[in-house]
Amino acid sequence: MNDALDVALRLLVVFVVFLTFPLIVGQTEHKVMAHMQGRLGPMYAGGFHGWAQLVADGVKFAQKEDIVPAGADRRIFQLAPAVALLPYLLVLLAIPIGPGEGAVGQVLDAGVFFVLAVMGVGVLGSLMAGWASANKFSLLGGLRTAAQLLAYELPMLLTAASVAMAAGTVSLPGIVDAFEWWWLPWQIVGAIVFFVAGLAELQRPPFDMPVADSEIIFGAYTEYTGLRFALFLLAEYAGIVVLCGLTTVLFLGGWHGPWGADGLGWVWTLLKAAVLAFVVIWLRVTYPRLREDQLQKLSWTLLVPLSLAQIALTGVVKVVI
Amino acid sequence: MTLASAAATASLAASGPHGFLSPTGVEIAFLLVGLATFGAALVTVTTRQLVHAALWLVVTLGGLAVEYLLLTAEFIAWVQVLIYVGSVVVLLLFGLMLTRAPIGRSPDADSGNRWAALTVAVAAAAALVWVVVDAFRATWIDLDGPAAGSTEVTGASLFQNWVLPFEALSVLLLAALVGAIVLSRKAKAESSSPPMNARGATQSSRSVTESSPPGPDTRQDPAEQEGAR
Repeated sequence: MNDALDVALRLLVVFVVFLTFPLIVGQTEHKVMAHMQGRLGPMYAGGFHGWAQLVADGVKFAQKEDIVPAGADRRIFQLAPAVALLPYLLVLLAIPIGPGEGAVGQVLDAGVFFVLAVMGVGVLGSLMAGWASANKFSLLGGLRTAAQLLAYELPMLLTAASVAMAAGTVSLPGIVDAFEWWWLPWQIVGAIVFFVAGLAELQRPPFDMPVADSEIIFGAYTEYTGLRFALFLLAEYAGIVVLCGLTTVLFLGGWHGPWGADGLGWVWTLLKAAVLAFVVIWLRVTYPRLREDQLQKLSWTLLVPLSLAQIALTGVVKVVI
Repeated sequence: MTLASAAATASLAASGPHGFLSPTGVEIAFLLVGLATFGAALVTVTTRQLVHAALWLVVTLGGLAVEYLLLTAEFIAWVQVLIYVGSVVVLLLFGLMLTRAPIGRSPDADSGNRWAALTVAVAAAAALVWVVVDAFRATWIDLDGPAAGSTEVTGASLFQNWVLPFEALSVLLLAALVGAIVLSRKAKAESSSPPMNARGATQSSRSVTESSPPGPDTRQDPAEQEGAR
């Protein structure tokens, strides 16, 4: 019975994190973007600097009519948001934020593989949405999504494999346990490639061609309204949380820090992830959208060779030591 | 995952001598998931809607991954999800959407080889079941002991006992890769080489106009849709 209670408690905590952290990232994006562009951003909802803006948005989305286009494939159209969102919930289960059994939803033997595999499944949601909408723009968005996933899955996997080689394990807590400070310069190329490829997989600017509003309206999500549309947005922000957490765990040493690694390790993890989330927002404000062919070129001619070089470097250093 | 832990607790609860008539929780779960997977596979090959078939294939491959999990082969299960669900099906859907993926039925997708396909499938399944049953007749996987399919065990056996087949497979894959590059370069030279992206864009936009019917009535009458095409 105690076991069941433990499992239920962990699931509850992960679920609460899943519901709150994306909103925090979203609100931060509102404010950070506004200040970078010389605006104030939301100021009224909730009183203090518009902290409740996203709650208000959620209420607004819930009130809107949920429309399914007449020509759409009804069931798949309605199922797609869930397929896009749920993988990120599962991935959050496996990300450790502190040392020991207590700070991770579920310790997995092959954590890296689990995380990357399940994140790849989320893209199926966009594909289903793009196809089932019976809309040209949606279909084009779905196509771009698929092409983007196929291009960026490889460098992501290769760089994750490089870290796994360095640590000698594919379990996420195991990788952080094995982390030393000099891994940072050693794996820095891998870290950057992983982060950029992750951004592309999440379709965040500057890699948001699948939803490029000036070309194809809103890509695969053009026909969505109300709560289902909100679910897609939530999936994007949950994806940011997952990507930042993963990059922290794999490349930045997770709960390791100059001091307080024992009791306050989780603070380090959250802090590093928050800085990365800030970088994600910063990149969105800074860079214009790439073109579709530039996107493919970046992956195949730059990121893939770089990640292969990183693997070679990791192997050489690993043998020499 | 919770599923794995649930399976573990279930197997702990019913630890005893193995037998066909006193199945453990894991065995029952294995059987049920197997039935669901089989059903999904049947729908995959019998459904008349192309994209639905691809999506049912996702269910089938996911069901297989769950089966691997129940047999404690965690590494294989995640690789199954990563490669098949995450990449192969996405590639399949990409190809479908790029060429022809109408909403609704596509009767022209049936090649008419139904009976030949059924014969081959049954023969292949029978041969595989016979070989596997004959090879592992009295072997039981001890689900309560240390995981027999963990990453460490899989890696050790792969690179100690099975290095040669592994390397042969990688050479085969390399050959396939080179072959694909050669084929695509040849096709590009023959078609007086418009840039890759321009060609992709025109193709996909044409398929869009073909494949998305304007209203619900074309959906109910696929023959008319075909005639229009």
